[in-house]
Amino acid sequence: MSKLFMKGNEAIAEAAVRAGCRFFAGYPITPQNEIPEYLSKRLPEVGGAFVQGESELASINMVIGAAFGGTRAMTSSSGPGLSLKSEGLSTLAAAGFPAVVVNVMRGGPGTGSISGAQMDYLQATKGGGHGGFKLLVFAPSTVQEAVDLVYEAFDKSWEYMNPCLILADGFIGSIMEPVELPPFKEAKRQEFPVYTTRFFTDKPGRRMCATMIVNEAEQEQWNRVQAQRYERIAQNEVRAEEYMLDDAEYVIAAYGTSARVAKSAVRMLREKGIKAGLIRPITLWPFPYQCFKKLNEKQVKDILCLELSIPPQLIEDIKIGIEGRIPITAYGRSAGMIFTAEEVTEQVEKLVGKNK
Amino acid sequence: MEKIYSRSDVLLDANMGYCPGCLHGVIAKIVAEVIEELGIRDDTIAVLPIGCGALISSVLDTDAIIALHGRAPAVATGLKRTATEKFIFAYQGDGDLASIGLAEIMHAANRGENFPVLFVNNGIFGMTGGQMAPTTLIGQKATTAKSGRTPLEGYPMHMCEIISTLKAPVYIERCSLDSPQHILAAKKAIKKAFMNEIEGKGFSFIELLSNCPTNWSMSPQKSLEYMREHTIAEFPLGVYRDETAKED
Ligand SMILES: Cc1ncc(C[n+]2csc(CCOP(=O)(O)OP(=O)(O)O)c2C)c(N)n1
Repeated sequence: MSKLFMKGNEAIAEAAVRAGCRFFAGYPITPQNEIPEYLSKRLPEVGGAFVQGESELASINMVIGAAFGGTRAMTSSSGPGLSLKSEGLSTLAAAGFPAVVVNVMRGGPGTGSISGAQMDYLQATKGGGHGGFKLLVFAPSTVQEAVDLVYEAFDKSWEYMNPCLILADGFIGSIMEPVELPPFKEAKRQEFPVYTTRFFTDKPGRRMCATMIVNEAEQEQWNRVQAQRYERIAQNEVRAEEYMLDDAEYVIAAYGTSARVAKSAVRMLREKGIKAGLIRPITLWPFPYQCFKKLNEKQVKDILCLELSIPPQLIEDIKIGIEGRIPITAYGRSAGMIFTAEEVTEQVEKLVGKNK
Repeated sequence: MEKIYSRSDVLLDANMGYCPGCLHGVIAKIVAEVIEELGIRDDTIAVLPIGCGALISSVLDTDAIIALHGRAPAVATGLKRTATEKFIFAYQGDGDLASIGLAEIMHAANRGENFPVLFVNNGIFGMTGGQMAPTTLIGQKATTAKSGRTPLEGYPMHMCEIISTLKAPVYIERCSLDSPQHILAAKKAIKKAFMNEIEGKGFSFIELLSNCPTNWSMSPQKSLEYMREHTIAEFPLGVYRDETAKED
C-alpha cells in the first residue's frame, strides 16, 4: 500500500471516515481545528453528516443522538472543550453508547496555552466527569499510530458499548508524517439494544434510553453491569510498548509525544553506555500496571516519569504499579514547551550520578 | 353500546406519575393521539427533557431518549441528521429550554432542523420543586423568589417571539391547555408541526402554556383560572409564523 504524507489531525479525521464514522459534530478550538475542517468537506462526500455545533456541549449531545440512532459518530476538542463535554461523556458511558472522542491536548489549566501539551491525563483516565465512569483511552505517539488507534477505537467502542477517547496532543495533531491509511469499512447504521429499556418497558423492540434511573435498585443493578464491563476491558485491552527493558537500569515512562523524545534519549544513553529503557503506555485506561509491577528493583535503579505536564500526572499510575519499590523522579515541561532528547538524557544522567 | 372514544393505542396503560391536575398528562394524551392518527408510531423517537416532561416516557409507547438537561434539540439534531427516515420530536420544559438549553434551542431553530419542538411553559421548575423559571411571571412566587419575581430577576422570556426573529423556522405557534377548546387547538397545532417534519418542511416550534398546581400552591381548578387571568395575558396565544400556509 502506498504512503501519504499527512498532518496528524487530518489523518485522524480520514481514519475515522475509513472506520465507518458518518457523523461528526464539534466546536472550533486550537490545536484540533483541522479535524472538523477536514470532516466538514469529507463526510458529505461519503454520505455522512457534519455539524459545527454551537458549543462543545451541543456537539457531544449531537453525538449522543447519532449514536442512539446507530451511527458511528465522533467529536473532537481540546482541554476546555473536553471539560464542557464531560457531562455528555458521562452520559455516553451511562447509556452504554459507542462513540469516539478525540482530545488533542493543549496547555492548561483554564483556557491555557494553545500549543501542544499533555495536561489532561488525570481528566482522561480518572473519570473526567461525574459518576465514576471509565473511557477506554488510547494515546498515540506517531501519526501512523493515531490513524491505527482511531480506526480501531470505533470497533472497540462497539465491542464494549462504551465510549473511547483518543488522547492525542497538539504535536501529534500538527506534525506531518507518512502514513498508510487502512481500507474503508462498511458504514452501516446499526441499531443496538439499549440496556436501560428494561427499566421502562418489557415490550420487545422498543428502545428507551434514560440515564435518569430514579429507582435505586435498578440504578445499582446497572452500575454492577457497567462495573463488569470495565472489568472485561481491563482484562483484555491493556497495551504498552516496552523498549530496551531487558537489562535496563534506568527506565523512562512516557506516553504520546513525550515517548517519542524518550525513545531517542534511550538510544543516546545506550551509546554513552547507560542502560536505559522505556515503558510507553498505549492504553492509559486500562493502565499497563503489569509493566511496572514486573520491574526488578535489584536491577532498575530509578524511573523517570517524563511528561509534557507540570505538575506530573502520569506519575500517579506509575506509583500504583511500582508500590514504592523503586524511586520515581518526574521531569516535565508544559504549555507548549517541549524537552529535547539531550535534555532528557541529562535528566537520566543526573539520576545515574545520584546512584554512584 | 357503541364505543366512540377510547385511550389512544400509543398510550400505555401505566402510571404517568404526574401530580393531580398537571397538564403534562394532557400533552402526553394529545401527542399519542396525533402519532396514532398519523400512523407513525413505529418510526417515532421522542427526545425528552430533564424535567417533568421526561415522565411521559412511562406512557408514550414509542422509542425515546431522555436527553441531558437542556440538550434535547442537540440530541434530536444528531439523531435526525443520521436517522433521516425516523420521526423525531423534542419535548422540553421552560427551565430546560429557556434557561440551561437556550443555546441549543436557538441554534437548532436557526439551522431549521427538520423536527418539531414542543415547549411546555408552566412558569416554574416543576421537577426540582418550584424554583423560578425564565418564564415565571413578575410577581409570581417561586421557592427562589419567595415574595414573587421582581425585574431584578429579569422578565418572563417570550420564546415564540424570540424564535420568530430567526429566519429558518417554518411554523411557530403558542397554544394553551387551560380549556377543552384550547386543548383541541393545541392538538391541531401539534399535528401540523408533526406533518411539517414528515413533509420535510423544517423546524416547527409549539409553545404550550401549562400549569403546575403543586408548585404554584393552587388547586387544579384555581391554576386554570390563574392561567386564564395571568399567563395568557403575558404570553399571547396565536400563530407567530406559518410559512407552510403560504405554500399550501
Ligand atoms: C445539569 C443539570 N442541572 C440541573 C438539573 C436538575 N434539574 C432537573 S429538572 C430541572 C428543572 C426542570 O424544570 P422545567 O424545565 O421547567 O420542567 P418542568 O419540570 O417544570 O416540567 C432541573 C434544574 C439536572 N438534572 N441537570
